[in-house]
Amino acid sequence: MLPELGHFALILALLLAALQAFFGIAGPWLGRERWIAAVTPAVAGQFVMVALAAGCLVAAFVGYDFSVAYVADNSNSALPLFYRVTALWGAHEGSLLLWILLLAAWTVAVAFGAARLPRHFAARVLGVLGVVSFGFLLFTLATSNPFLRLDPPAADGADLNPILQDPALAVHPPILYTGYVGFAVAFAFACAAMLEGRMDQSWARWTRPWTTVAWAFLTCGIALGSFWAYYELGWGGFWFWDPVENASFMPWLVGTALVHSLAVTDKRGLFKSWTLLLAILAFSLSMLGTFLVRSGVLVSVHSFAADPKRGVFILAFLIVLVGGALTLYAWRAPRLRSTAGFELGARESFLLFNNVLLVIAAATVFAGTLAPLISDALRLGTLSVGAPYFNPTFMVSMLPLLALLSLGIHAGWKRGRLKDKQRTLLRTLLAAAVLGCAVAFGIFAGARVLTPVGLTLGIWIILASLVDPIDRWRRRLSLPRAVLGMTIAHVGLGLAVIALTTVQSFTVERDVALAAGASAEVGGYQFRFEGVHPIEGPNYGGAGARVAVTRGGAPVAILTPEKRQYWVQRQLTSVTSIRMSRGNNLLVALGDDLGGGGRWSLRIQIRPLVSLIWLAAFVMALGGVLAASDRRYRALRAAEAATAHAAGPAVQGS
Amino acid sequence: MTPRQRRMTLVAGILAGVTVAGALALSAFRQNVTFFFDPSQVASGKVPPGERFRLGGMVTEGSLHRVPGSLEVQFVVTDFAHEIPVVYAGVLPDLFREGAGVVAHGRLRADGTFVADEVLAKHDEKYMPPEVARSLKRRNGESRAAPLPSGTAGVNPAGG
Repeated sequence: MLPELGHFALILALLLAALQAFFGIAGPWLGRERWIAAVTPAVAGQFVMVALAAGCLVAAFVGYDFSVAYVADNSNSALPLFYRVTALWGAHEGSLLLWILLLAAWTVAVAFGAARLPRHFAARVLGVLGVVSFGFLLFTLATSNPFLRLDPPAADGADLNPILQDPALAVHPPILYTGYVGFAVAFAFACAAMLEGRMDQSWARWTRPWTTVAWAFLTCGIALGSFWAYYELGWGGFWFWDPVENASFMPWLVGTALVHSLAVTDKRGLFKSWTLLLAILAFSLSMLGTFLVRSGVLVSVHSFAADPKRGVFILAFLIVLVGGALTLYAWRAPRLRSTAGFELGARESFLLFNNVLLVIAAATVFAGTLAPLISDALRLGTLSVGAPYFNPTFMVSMLPLLALLSLGIHAGWKRGRLKDKQRTLLRTLLAAAVLGCAVAFGIFAGARVLTPVGLTLGIWIILASLVDPIDRWRRRLSLPRAVLGMTIAHVGLGLAVIALTTVQSFTVERDVALAAGASAEVGGYQFRFEGVHPIEGPNYGGAGARVAVTRGGAPVAILTPEKRQYWVQRQLTSVTSIRMSRGNNLLVALGDDLGGGGRWSLRIQIRPLVSLIWLAAFVMALGGVLAASDRRYRALRAAEAATAHAAGPAVQGS
Repeated sequence: MTPRQRRMTLVAGILAGVTVAGALALSAFRQNVTFFFDPSQVASGKVPPGERFRLGGMVTEGSLHRVPGSLEVQFVVTDFAHEIPVVYAGVLPDLFREGAGVVAHGRLRADGTFVADEVLAKHDEKYMPPEVARSLKRRNGESRAAPLPSGTAGVNPAGG
């Protein structure tokens, strides 16, 4: 009965989403106060229904209900409880349900947060979110219902894809989706502002904390995915420019631009139309990411079995939603006029460059990701675009961005007055250059051309970011969370740049063939292969190896890579073994039995500071969350709402 | 500078930046795109000599050979019309197996052997790389190529 209950709840959620969309948009339009009052109950009801549906599916997984097709495809009686729960988003149908659940949760949060906003504006935001939710619910029910029954029921399940049976990947989709879906909130705020014809600074101020939080989640989600790919999938790489990775990276780049352009709109009332456009773009790219991943048009490790019907539906939905938003934009944007000006050296200019460079970066990634599709569609041949394209083109826009960052945070609004900061800037740059070169040529040998440049830029960002907070602390001035958060996020970026530079410059990797008892020397470490023994887990068997690592005779670590054969799917899966040593990540993956007297192939990699990449991403995300929690947004929001109320319904646009 | 001039300078600067980035991206694109060829295209000499490309097809059953105790492997990639021998030194991916789809990156040696520096078989066993599937379809007609992925991949209890 539970699956039917879930299915029914999903249908009710669809109806409630339709009501939410209709009342939220038509209510303010026609000035029906009773319709507006009905929006919040619809939001709450929809959340309850979606949560109920998700709960039913989880119950089916936990209770081994193999009469449900989705459960039978993605679970097994030997699958541990933790993965039976996370199997909910192990494939297409369930991840859509997760997407909808997270959207419903964001909507409830917005409904709470919007209690202090003008009523009409809040209703419109919730109405637009209702449209998005309605589309996804319809998509799920029409093409990807997770509650379909099997007749007769399966005796046992086909098991969850082995590479998904991993803690990092179990939490990666919810966090990534929370970020994706969060951009829907920025999108809804932008649409509501345009519907209302009230595109002044206040909408930017209201949107900022939401967008920053969404951005922080997306940052974490991408980092988790990269971490998973590092130790599970790619045998040691942390970023492959895989289409699906790019699909999450493009909204991140545009989202980063949005976070910065919102700052300008909020503080100075500039870039208004550009900010609106970015809000639409960030969410469109999130949607496009979903389309690319779900439709199976792209070849990727993450692709699910292709179903053209689904692709067409998402594409149509994308066109309706984005086309609608852009039409609204075309209608409203000409009204926008910025009156304030700024000088070339002012912070506004730097943020403008930040935006331009980030959007260029997103565009080059976009071009590289879609080129194979387009070439294929036009029958120009099947081609693939990889790191040799992405790395240099990405760097072209990133290097100036990183260099301008350190200058930009010292520039004042409106007038730059960078001259006053000249000494500080030169000092920090000099210190960074000395440190960078010392690391590049001192600690590591054999640096490339870009190594000292990357290290210098990374260190400079950190030093330059810390100048202002240290100065405030010395003079016992207050340090608002917004400033602290920005500083932490920028320090995180600096750390990421340092880590990426060292990893790209100093990684050592080798495939070796070793007999038990033999050793290989890689990057100053001795790897002694001690042989292979059989292993057995709850739903897999296989071979485990022991590799003792020493450096100059002193023991460093024992590495235990495995080669698992999952019983149900008969899929071989390598489990790499990773240890940290002096900031280096030592990774060993077990290859194949080569014959020839117990010789096995092993892949050995040493990546210096690679863990710092993910740590840096979490530091950036932490900075974002901290900045979003600044008292300024709460206090100002209440004040804004009060004035808006005082002005009465006159503020509602035409 | 008047505000107008300043704005124009800014716009010109941005335009110049965008143009440079675009030009660089295009040249990087021209140089770094790798094309995909199937064994028949390779056999008919469609590959420019010395160019790095991707070779895709199925691994012929029984063609996998190792030099015992070393990392060297040899196998044959086929589209059921032509066969290309491949040599590779390194660890093969988990999903590599005879009778399954594979994509190898590398160059053609003068003797017609493909020297791979990277072998990919990362797609799950329910389907093969779409480009491989398509090229097989072109060569063999739908009736033959369609059942191949599940038929050759062995156990597939999920039923696609």
